[in-house]
Amino acid sequence: MSITYLEAIREAQARALAEDPRVFIYGQDVGAFGGAFKATKKLAQEFPGRVVDAPISEDAILGAAIGAAIEGMRPIVEMQFADFSTVAFNQIVNQAATLHWRTQVPCPITVRLPSGGTSGSGPFHSQSMEAIYAHYPGLIVLTPATVDDAYSMLLEAVAIDDPVIFCEHKYLYYHLKAERLPTEAMPVGKARIAREGRDLTIVAYSAMVHEALEVAEELNGEGTQVEVVDLRSVKPLDTDTVMASVARTGRLLCVGEAFPWGGVTAEVVARVASEGFDLLDAPPQRLNAKDTPIPYHPTLWAAHRPTARSIAVAARNLLRR
Amino acid sequence: MNERTINREVSSIREDITAKRKAATAAVSRRTFVKRVSAIGAGTAVLSRVPTRPTKAQYGPPHADGLPAQQLTAMFTDMVKIRQWESKIKDLILKGGFRGVAHLYVGQEAVAVGVCSALRKDDYIASNHRGHGHLIAKGGDLKLMLAEITHKAAGYCKGYGGSLHITDVNLGILGMNGIVGASHLFAAGAAYGIKVKGTDQVAVSFGGDGSIQGNFFSSAANSAAAWKLPWIGVIENNAFQIWVRASDVYATPDLAQRAAGYGIEGRVVDGNDVLAVYGVAKQAVEKARSGGGPTLIECKTYRWYDHYGVAGARTGGDGAFGLGYRSDRELRDWMAKDPISRFRKFLVSEKVLTEAGADEITAEVRKAVEEAATFAEAQPVPKPEDGLLHVFAQGAVPLHTA
Repeated sequence: MSITYLEAIREAQARALAEDPRVFIYGQDVGAFGGAFKATKKLAQEFPGRVVDAPISEDAILGAAIGAAIEGMRPIVEMQFADFSTVAFNQIVNQAATLHWRTQVPCPITVRLPSGGTSGSGPFHSQSMEAIYAHYPGLIVLTPATVDDAYSMLLEAVAIDDPVIFCEHKYLYYHLKAERLPTEAMPVGKARIAREGRDLTIVAYSAMVHEALEVAEELNGEGTQVEVVDLRSVKPLDTDTVMASVARTGRLLCVGEAFPWGGVTAEVVARVASEGFDLLDAPPQRLNAKDTPIPYHPTLWAAHRPTARSIAVAARNLLRR
Repeated sequence: MNERTINREVSSIREDITAKRKAATAAVSRRTFVKRVSAIGAGTAVLSRVPTRPTKAQYGPPHADGLPAQQLTAMFTDMVKIRQWESKIKDLILKGGFRGVAHLYVGQEAVAVGVCSALRKDDYIASNHRGHGHLIAKGGDLKLMLAEITHKAAGYCKGYGGSLHITDVNLGILGMNGIVGASHLFAAGAAYGIKVKGTDQVAVSFGGDGSIQGNFFSSAANSAAAWKLPWIGVIENNAFQIWVRASDVYATPDLAQRAAGYGIEGRVVDGNDVLAVYGVAKQAVEKARSGGGPTLIECKTYRWYDHYGVAGARTGGDGAFGLGYRSDRELRDWMAKDPISRFRKFLVSEKVLTEAGADEITAEVRKAVEEAATFAEAQPVPKPEDGLLHVFAQGAVPLHTA
């Protein structure tokens, strides 16, 4: 038996619904249709009345979910695409993120964002929003890169009493498979050493972890050992694990699929530069998507986001310094 | 374009709008409209007007039917509480040294008390920026509210939120809110929770005439209608959305007419008549409790003060005068319809209260408000480092890694 990243997300939701009567799923087409990507396939039939089709109004979806959460429910909201969560931005960053701070009433909502690029999806269906939400105090932002994490971190997201932005990568939906669902998991907020090495640290998250692992394999053939750190959650950001890795390798390359201005890679580099400058043998580097909207054309798209090829170039340059 | 051309264009657009509005009103009189709307959906979608100024001659003790003297007195007391508590806030601001925002509710007391008197303690209300009245009517603690609005650590939100965010879920208060329209969605969401849990609670949202402009309201009303949620939307039409006159931005005479479009019942009621509001709210609550679905209630009332703060206000008197966007005469006309004086007169004529008894209640409330102010005054302000607390409900996130 094998299970995909997408199926793991479906299974986590099924388990959350089965184990907690306060959980319900709210989103566009999540009911009988099973969701745009089938992440809620057959859940409406299995859990009648608890997988609810929403109006095409992201603002309204989030607002109602927050109301239900204040009342004691634990909504899982599916945004059809991460990009559309901008329509609900006010609800997420003004209402949900600050609710506990300003009223001490918890806001246990999970917002699932189908994120990141797949070829040919264009500017409004490919974006990675994690940096924007990580900017706001009060939100937890998770970016699972593996089938295990997709499953266990989604379950944990639902259990957390705070609003969680769950960035699931659309490319990994079908391309990533595991033998079975995990029975144990690392805690949220802890980064994972995806591959050990002593010459260079590549910090990545979500789909970029797999590109980084490919580069590590390639460079291993050239006698260079690359350590790959999978952040797992970008907020909280596990600075300690990153710093420990940099202490071992002395070189840092941070890779993200989002736009370059500010963002997660900038945050990682800033933290390492300010707290671990003495650990570095070379200036810390980062690699992001190009500073343009995301192209529709597959060739342009492939050139827009970091790939194993462009990461390998950046890694070799950094190793020469 | 120079200024003159722009002005000319603006006035021609204005004239055009006025002409269109006149034509529209002429084409469909209200009676015709009500008749037409009533015909839709075999009575499921109706706009009904509750006669204003109910008199004993017309209705017996009309909406007070079945209301014991004790509850009538409690309603009067709550209205006085709102008036006195807010007047205290106004005086504090006028006195100076008060750093905060307050959107005063004075003049609209009949709406909050009329609606909340029809609710149980475990029912929910979602309030807006002008929400002190809703909270007091739902049982909000005068001391904790006053401490919050004066930024004290003992306040409802530990001084973090101020006026705009006061919340007490134990009293069914889902919170005031600084974003216009948010209340409608939060109450609809809570109503969904109620439906899932299968209890017979109801959820009420309070919003002003401006709160139905955006998609929050539209989605709340539509979802509540489609799923027959125990949601009651209360539109407090106080004539102004911020500083814009509602009648300048709506073409329909009644905002509750919108209910028909969602397939729910719309009611229009004199928002300065607490018993009329109570009567309509009670029917809506009973319907929602028994699975009959939502109701939209428009309460026509008037804001005695400015959108926020105390411009034009004075110590020792009610109302904000000399505001550029309305005439003092209009305000005086509405102050003559003071919901508290009207109710007091009714209670005295019905022999529920004597003049002396009503005075005594007012004096007691004033004392309680003064005590709240003294309590708040004596409380410490939050420590600066406390501002780092509560960012997350689960404090498991160490600051270093946040």
